[in-house]
Amino acid sequence: MAKLVGGLAVSHVPAIGRAIADHKQQDPYWKPFFDGFGPAREWLAKVKPDAVVVLYNDHGLNFFLDKMPTFAIGAAPEYANADEGWGLPVLHPFKGDPALSWHIINSLVADEFDVTTCQEMLVDHAFCIPMELFWPDGFPPPAVPVAVNTVQHPLPSALRCYKLGKAIGRAIESWPEDKRVAVIATGGLSHQLDGERAGFINREFDMLCLDKLVNDPKALTGYSTKELVALSGSQGVEVLMWIAMAAAMTGRSKEISRNYHIPISNTASALLVMENQTAREPAMA
Amino acid sequence: MGSATSNDIPGTTMFDGAEAQKGYALNRMCFSFNDAANRTAFLADEDAYCARYGLSREQHEAVRGRNVLKLIAAGGNIYYLAKLAGILGLSVQDLGAQQTGMSVDAFKAMLLSQARGA
Repeated sequence: MAKLVGGLAVSHVPAIGRAIADHKQQDPYWKPFFDGFGPAREWLAKVKPDAVVVLYNDHGLNFFLDKMPTFAIGAAPEYANADEGWGLPVLHPFKGDPALSWHIINSLVADEFDVTTCQEMLVDHAFCIPMELFWPDGFPPPAVPVAVNTVQHPLPSALRCYKLGKAIGRAIESWPEDKRVAVIATGGLSHQLDGERAGFINREFDMLCLDKLVNDPKALTGYSTKELVALSGSQGVEVLMWIAMAAAMTGRSKEISRNYHIPISNTASALLVMENQTAREPAMA
Repeated sequence: MGSATSNDIPGTTMFDGAEAQKGYALNRMCFSFNDAANRTAFLADEDAYCARYGLSREQHEAVRGRNVLKLIAAGGNIYYLAKLAGILGLSVQDLGAQQTGMSVDAFKAMLLSQARGA
């Protein structure tokens, strides 16, 4: 059976992709953000995931408002990046894992999550930048993209995303392959791009979220979508993906590392890494 | 949930079904800017491009005025509007400054000031 080794969550601000392309990791503006990735990469080198499930939101590359699925899962051998309109370099395609995709799809639908399945799916910066951040060598493991609608209300509730995460965790651990799988969430933390409240950041709420994601993610399901918008900003609702990631953990979540830095572009950037410690396989000493 | 209106959270529009219907033509035009040829066509003849996508007068005027708050009031969603902003060479700090009535430097300073939390 497959093992869920843990979860990672990170912001996906497009400017990060630009900074990577321009090799600005050690510039004073970017250093506090990029320096946070050392422990995450060390942990990944230790747990060596064979595949990753990536929870993200599409920003108008693959999906438009003509058809907007609440949850969409990639089931392709490969996922292409493409021009998003604002000049980020287009990255090479990412490898998929169709066998894991279909296992998760079958398990989720059996679990009453009626997902949209995509045998072709473009992946935007929200998918690509985290892969670049965690695997700067350009060789991430095969991925299963899971797109969550955080564009058009009604969004799936925090509780629904929590339950989705639980179902994804169950799906991974019921995959009859001797593989190690990690779950990645992208987006957030607090930020708002639009309206007179543009530039809104809420450090206090972000801190609370980081603590709860590790210790008690279910506590975050008490917030309505509107409360999340009020507390974390219109785009800070991307914390929904983080809640799903944290909920996917099937054992005890042990925090490996975190980083939090204000601002990257208009966003409170964050990184969180947690190991999934189950009774089945005690943590390495 | 269903009672979300524009004014519940100050300075914030919940992009819901009503907004998505109102802004459909504008957002559809912005979505087209994923294609470089469409960006070129827009720059070559902005009015004709807006007309081709059937923008309302309010939407067309907001595009012409590069007015972000009016684009949002006309149903624009920021993720799609960002593609228009990219054509116009505006960063999200430029957009934030315009919407909050600050200079870009003041907006950036405001972002930075939030790093000093409790």
